[in-house]
Amino acid sequence: MTPAAAFVAPTIEWAYLVPVIVVLVAGVVGVLVEAFVPDRARRAVQLVLALGALAGALTSIVLLWPDVLERNGVRVLGGALVVDPFGLAVQGIVVVLALLATLVVADRTSTKQDAFAPTGAAVPGSAYEDLARRRGLEQTEVYPLVLFAVGGMMIFPATGDLLTMFVALEVLSLPLYVLTALARRRRLLSQEASFKYFLLGAFASAIFIFGVALVYGFAGSVQLAEVRGALLGGTGLDGMTSLVLLGLVMVLTGLLFKVGAAPFHSWTPDVYQGAPTPITGFMAACTKAAAFGALLRVLYVVGQALPPDLQEKLVVALWVVAILTMVVGTVIGVVQTDMKRLLAYSSIAHAGFLIVALVGFGELSGFGVRALLFYLLAYGLATIGAFAVVTLVRERAPQPVVVPAEADLATVGAGAGAGTSGTAASAGSDVPDAGAVLGEATHLSEWAGLGRRSPWLAGAFALFLLSMAGIPLTAGFIAKFTAFQSAVAVGAWPLALIGVLASAVAVFFYVRIIVLMFFTPTPTPTPTPQAAGGPGTAPDGASSTGGGTSPVAALTSRVTVVRSEGFTTVAIAICVIGVILLGVLPSSVLDLAFEAAKFRP
Amino acid sequence: MELTNYLVLAAILFAIGATTVLLRRNAIIVFMGIELMLNATNLTFVTFARMHGDLHGQVIAFFVMVVAAAEVVVGLAIIVAIFRTRRSASVDDVNLLKN
Repeated sequence: MTPAAAFVAPTIEWAYLVPVIVVLVAGVVGVLVEAFVPDRARRAVQLVLALGALAGALTSIVLLWPDVLERNGVRVLGGALVVDPFGLAVQGIVVVLALLATLVVADRTSTKQDAFAPTGAAVPGSAYEDLARRRGLEQTEVYPLVLFAVGGMMIFPATGDLLTMFVALEVLSLPLYVLTALARRRRLLSQEASFKYFLLGAFASAIFIFGVALVYGFAGSVQLAEVRGALLGGTGLDGMTSLVLLGLVMVLTGLLFKVGAAPFHSWTPDVYQGAPTPITGFMAACTKAAAFGALLRVLYVVGQALPPDLQEKLVVALWVVAILTMVVGTVIGVVQTDMKRLLAYSSIAHAGFLIVALVGFGELSGFGVRALLFYLLAYGLATIGAFAVVTLVRERAPQPVVVPAEADLATVGAGAGAGTSGTAASAGSDVPDAGAVLGEATHLSEWAGLGRRSPWLAGAFALFLLSMAGIPLTAGFIAKFTAFQSAVAVGAWPLALIGVLASAVAVFFYVRIIVLMFFTPTPTPTPTPQAAGGPGTAPDGASSTGGGTSPVAALTSRVTVVRSEGFTTVAIAICVIGVILLGVLPSSVLDLAFEAAKFRP
Repeated sequence: MELTNYLVLAAILFAIGATTVLLRRNAIIVFMGIELMLNATNLTFVTFARMHGDLHGQVIAFFVMVVAAAEVVVGLAIIVAIFRTRRSASVDDVNLLKN
């Protein structure tokens, strides 16, 4: 027996944990708020708590920055958290983007309804759901869930320990699975998206943890620094370096799944389309930032230490993934007719461009890291802004509402109940009277002529699209330029070439939307006989739902732009300013990103 | 008994789990496949811990169990929500989001 006196308490550098702790504690307090604060005050309390926590985390990151830069990183809790300039920079990006995304989440617009189901537990179309809606219930658990996800995203890129990385992966994923299922409208799509995200996500994390087990088998430790040491010092299991390569590939598979890189991208369009739009923006921007941070850390710390022949194999794998991701994202993106799906494919393409910046992980120059950090910020701002605009463009119920042969969801079930288009499925209980504002108008045709009716909103959207396309004077141009530059610097010019070609194709579908918004007249709403619904037309209904709204709905419903409560307007304005500033005066941010290109293994 | 036998067993279990996820249609069974993969991982961790004479691997197995439990909570909730709406837990019926 060891006497108690022999126990030496570990020293913990609490100061470097502050940003993460603030966010996670606020999440826990948020859960308590749900239990103890009367429901009228709940939303306000949650909102103040969430925004305050994120602002506090951002402040503490800014305050920690000079110190971390000077000490060149601190290992906290024995390497479970590695607060080095790179980790802190990714944390900063995640928090800034999460702050903007939370603003969009909070907005109830002029309809006084947020984007989330009144109670997530109610069966779609049930009397109970109807009652909850009429009582005006709100699912304010959304805010703590977002905070937990942000906490996971902050630990994810800043950990030097594969086990902590796995736990962080789950902490960020589990709230996102739940949030995805909570859309107020089109709930069947939302639940389905959540279901797919969950099954594929759990599958990917199982692959990730098995990879960790193999790496552990080689090195006898899950600490990235010790795995690196075992590789460099040859102290790993004899003749088992291929074990670490296999393990590393499985770990990277798990991470590439999270960033939505092909061939692990198949969940992205479905989940981005089905999730509540503010959450789509949140996860598109923040998850990608966090996961790329983790990916880069694994590659730079462990990948770099691999023997040259194995490293070459890893680089080839990354090349294949990068090319595939860029091609799939842009080519399939071209034929999309749903706005959210289109943005999802655009985000896949961006994942490809980001991987291009990663292929030079074998070299020690900081250009790849700088490009990655800048790209994440530029892409995140444009993405959150674009999805924020999507939340405001809504459908309006057609004037004479012809209620379709009302499919009883319970009895008709999956076949035809699902067959009545997503709009109608939610409309069944959602549209009491004509002229009511419905869900988002996500079909591309509904965006025609938007620029004439809401020039500011359409202008902001056009700016975000131009930035995503990489047009000069926007953030996206500098981001793509630095990414391709860093690839060329390590001799990966074919990748840069393919990247430029893919961007050129992508410009086509971004510009197509801009032309649609500004130069195409609004289609006049002509009331046509209601044709949707009924078990007979179920297959048609189902397939057109996938693309967004059925053509029938597009003709009979008018598109309207709802006024924001102010939060979304602020978020869009900040995104616009950020995109322009990063495009016109990028040098200070680029310098900052270059300083951040330091790791502490 | 050779320790590598346990590793082979774990690899086989993992493969069975992955195959289950990819081939079976019932969401619950798919989910069980994922659990099998996680448990195969635990076996791998424990075996390697024994090989290295290092306790970390055994502790990690507990972490994996906790994460698996948390995943069950969220996963079953989502599957039940889908089932209550559609009276089906088949992954093939979930096909609204197609293009």
